[in-house]
Amino acid sequence: MTCGLSHNLCVVFKKRGIHVNKKAEQSYSVQDMIKKNKQKKNIGNYFEKGIPYFLLLCAIISVITTIGILFTLLRESITFFSNVSLVDFYLGSEWSPWTDRFGVAPLIIGTLLITAIAICVALPIGLAASIYLSEYASDRTRKIIKPILEILAGIPTVVYGFFALTFVSPLLGSVFTDMKIFNALSAGIVVGIMIIPMIASLSEDAMSAVPKSLREGALGLGATRFEVAMKVVLPAALSGIIASVVLAISRAIGETMIVTIAAGATPNMTFDPRQSIQTLTAFIVQGATGDTSYQSNIYLSIYAVGFTLFIFTLLMNILSQYISRRFKEDY
Amino acid sequence: MTTNTLSKHVFSIEDFNLWYGNDQAIHQINMEIPRNEITAVIGPSGCGKSTLLKTLNRMIETIPSVHTSGSIKYNNQEIFAKKQLVEELRTHVGMVFQKPNPFPKSIYENVAYGPKIHGIKKKKVLDEIVEKSLRGAAIWDEVKDRLNQNAYGLSGGQQQRICIARCLAIEPDVILMDEPTSALDPISTLKIEELIKELKNDYTIVIVTHNMQQAARISDKTAFMLNGELVEFSDTDQLFSNPKDKRTEDYITGRFG
Repeated sequence: MTCGLSHNLCVVFKKRGIHVNKKAEQSYSVQDMIKKNKQKKNIGNYFEKGIPYFLLLCAIISVITTIGILFTLLRESITFFSNVSLVDFYLGSEWSPWTDRFGVAPLIIGTLLITAIAICVALPIGLAASIYLSEYASDRTRKIIKPILEILAGIPTVVYGFFALTFVSPLLGSVFTDMKIFNALSAGIVVGIMIIPMIASLSEDAMSAVPKSLREGALGLGATRFEVAMKVVLPAALSGIIASVVLAISRAIGETMIVTIAAGATPNMTFDPRQSIQTLTAFIVQGATGDTSYQSNIYLSIYAVGFTLFIFTLLMNILSQYISRRFKEDY
Repeated sequence: MTTNTLSKHVFSIEDFNLWYGNDQAIHQINMEIPRNEITAVIGPSGCGKSTLLKTLNRMIETIPSVHTSGSIKYNNQEIFAKKQLVEELRTHVGMVFQKPNPFPKSIYENVAYGPKIHGIKKKKVLDEIVEKSLRGAAIWDEVKDRLNQNAYGLSGGQQQRICIARCLAIEPDVILMDEPTSALDPISTLKIEELIKELKNDYTIVIVTHNMQQAARISDKTAFMLNGELVEFSDTDQLFSNPKDKRTEDYITGRFG
């Protein structure tokens, strides 16, 4: 090696893309070479300065979209509420838009019914699965089960919808009497199955984040693994778990395809899960795909219902943020 | 477990070996740990001293790849016996860890945790246990007015004494301490050392430490371990003033480690 620098140094430089000129050996110091390479990169300087603006632009796009959606919702809703009074809309108990009755309560109750059934299914199963995964499963088991669980989250909701209608509903029909083919129960159960992975996966993350030293502290006192899970890990991970549940609830509230396919299209003011019902989201699908004329009351009511739905999910998001701050156990 | 058959030695370790997967961490250890004395285990990092300590209450089993051979008897009962419940062993053999690890709960709840999981529910009894344990850990005066505050608001040294109080609350027989002062400043260390010396009257203490001076200051017996072997185990005075093994001498005079 004719390089003026030591052999080892030359090798290092070559690996890093610094070229040592053999003929001009000894006339360059490392600092000189760095300086030279920097001059070549002058254009890079502008690039470096431009990057934050580009990233900011991307961030702003989502903010602007949110504001845009809210604006559209509000504008059309306000037009709707100039035709139908707010009081009639929120306190009326009959939803029959084709006969000009716009009491949204049946739709809200339908949505709440589906959500309640879904949470009753998803909370115990999801939480139990997360406790198993974080506290009992070996690394190998966890590596197999968790991805499968997450595949469940990737199944298109329309597939879930057909599953509810063609499998769960007939199955329940053979157990319960008076079960309608389109009913709240089967749709609710399947929405619950859909949100299990969300609760299980996020709760598992929260529980796995609890330091090992806390578990050891409890085990060292003679606690069983179940006592450690229930009395140390669960309370310490509570904020994350609640946040996952609230997130799952807002997912259930907003769920559209399953309820459209399997819950029916009958705005019923009922808490009987065997009945056919309609949710806020399912009505929006019905209204948006039907032959409703532009600017008619039915057309505008889609926006009012959408706005109501937006308020629901917004409240849930605020609630989840409040809860995760309120119940935070610092460790 | 019957604790009325009190032997002179709390633990009798015979031909004990331990592997992490295929790596043997402990080789053929034989030692007897005396009752109501402080036994220190010293040695360089990775010599297996913490592993040995964690074996005594089977905490080592939280690592799945561990397997063992040989025998360890606690009060003449084999701790690896099938009928030995690990939770029961741990209620008799408590542990204080290297880093203070209070639960993210109030000071009161931390100390009351052990008695509660073992079924003691009466508020009055718990109150008494908490006070007694906190006094025992020499921290009562510092925290008596803020028992309902989160233990994380305390200093590191105070947290460690809360952990000791938490351990005392179930009145164990033995307390294992895994470098309990290595994360603490000198003044907190001094307080903990004084506390350990006081605890000796009621408890058997096994302490692992990196700090040879600490072992010399507080322990009655000292074991020196190297590469998973027990090199020398004798009275602390003798081990430090007149070591029998060349390797012990090299280590305590600071030639390595």
